[in-house]
Amino acid sequence: MKDCRMKSLPVRTVLLFVAMFSIPAFAESGDGYNIADLKQGLDTVWVLLAAFLVFFMQAGFGMVEAGFIRAKNTCNILTKNFLDFCMASLGFFLIGYALMFGDGNGFWGTKGWCLLGLEQTVNGLPIYAFWLFQAAFCGAAATIVAGGMAERMKFPAYLVYSFLISAFIYPIVGHWIWGGGWLSNMGFADFAGSTVVHTVGGCAALVGTSMLKPREGKYAIDGKPNVIAGHNIPLASLGVFILWFGWFGFNAGSTLSVGNGSLIGRVAINTNLAAALGGIAAVVTVWKRFGKPDLSMAMNGALAGLVAITAPCAFVEPWAALLIGASAGILVVLGVELLDKLQIDDPVGAVPVHGICGIWGTFCVGIFGRKALGLANNGFIYGGNPMQIGIQIVGSVSTVVFIVVTMGIVFKLIDLTIGLRVSREEELRGLDIGEHGMESYGGFQIFSTI
Amino acid sequence: MKLVIAYIQPYKLKDVKQALYKAEVYKMSVTNALGCGEQKGYHESYRGVGIEVNLLKKVRLEIGVNEDFVEKTIDAVIEGAKTGQIGDGKIFVMDLPECIRIRTGEKGSKAIG
Repeated sequence: MKDCRMKSLPVRTVLLFVAMFSIPAFAESGDGYNIADLKQGLDTVWVLLAAFLVFFMQAGFGMVEAGFIRAKNTCNILTKNFLDFCMASLGFFLIGYALMFGDGNGFWGTKGWCLLGLEQTVNGLPIYAFWLFQAAFCGAAATIVAGGMAERMKFPAYLVYSFLISAFIYPIVGHWIWGGGWLSNMGFADFAGSTVVHTVGGCAALVGTSMLKPREGKYAIDGKPNVIAGHNIPLASLGVFILWFGWFGFNAGSTLSVGNGSLIGRVAINTNLAAALGGIAAVVTVWKRFGKPDLSMAMNGALAGLVAITAPCAFVEPWAALLIGASAGILVVLGVELLDKLQIDDPVGAVPVHGICGIWGTFCVGIFGRKALGLANNGFIYGGNPMQIGIQIVGSVSTVVFIVVTMGIVFKLIDLTIGLRVSREEELRGLDIGEHGMESYGGFQIFSTI
Repeated sequence: MKLVIAYIQPYKLKDVKQALYKAEVYKMSVTNALGCGEQKGYHESYRGVGIEVNLLKKVRLEIGVNEDFVEKTIDAVIEGAKTGQIGDGKIFVMDLPECIRIRTGEKGSKAIG
């Protein structure tokens, strides 16, 4: 009883203050508070909160990748995950933002280097808040590649790559789609980045990992894949939970404003449903095909659902989100198998999750999207209009071609100068000692014999 | 019968296994070991401070063989483990007075199989 009264006292005080000050403040708009300011403040808080969540996804990527690889390379992958966000922040500040959002032509922006000479507000948000949100996205695109190229890529090569993708390549695609470029003028729709972030990251990972060649011992002479098991499944699970959590910021924050809350609500529920169905579909598929409910595949499935719903999350009904998530969950399992057949070694599944499902999610806008929810045209299932799906295919294909060509050049140049891959001996011994002179699990006896 | 014991670099285990397989030696026991010899350890650094690591991670192989396989086994281990640098390891060969297969009770050369 006593406890109850002690708790309620501050609550009542707060209510009293709110009652005393807030009502007159709203009424007297000349008194420093006006509705427009409050709206901008509220939107800023929302977008910054989302930016912080998207930043936290960096931790998620780090944990997933660390968990899915061997102990001897863990320090290396985490250093890459850590520093690529640092590099992305720098690159996106100096050059990237201007290329992506500065005024210019249909292909890239040409104003706003180092954020100088820009309007103070953009999309109704203070420019610095908007920049931070976009920089966190840029970091996510860069970090996807670390997983695909894990356990054999040189550290200096990775640093150079991460600066180049976040300063030049990601922002150019971003300009096409979000910066008023040629794809956005065509009516191409990618709400939160299935193409801009995930297709870019996933295709870059595909180019990189095919150029690096498989890890030592991954494929037998007859081409059969060997298991190189991840060393810490709990860490990987934590990473997936963090990513799922962060994704609410990634998608729902892309509204860039609070409005009356209905759009945020729709995006959030769609995001969650797609992730859930992705997990279910992947676990069922893998269970049926290989006889056991493989956790690592279930987790890949949830991420696949999240990637696929990223583009259509604002334009579809919840029932469509269920279908999109489920189809992505099946696709990711088939994608992992396909890569193994082609002997492309992707240790964490970056290509199936981000590349394949990024493309699929982009198509889904054209299939399940609704005009009533803000899309330019109704999707294919609403009256059989193929217009939007055609636009989506053009956008997706041109992004894939652009990334394959530019990243091919970037990785080739790095290979010719610094070298892309560590020596066989260093790879066998582990990149932790080779690149960093430091073990991830000092004091534990971990032997690197595979 | 001889018992061949070899200490090798952990990352060369894969190569040694392959070489042994080629030499038709299909059996072995492998244990992790710590040890040092001429290599004297390596240098790690943690937060800017250097650490000398003295006992190095090694892998110990034990292979029981009949006389006619001793040379083949030794050659295969050398082929797989040799890099020409300090730390490649050592091979010890010992007499093996007896060997019994638990499942059948067979003894001697037959039991080594």
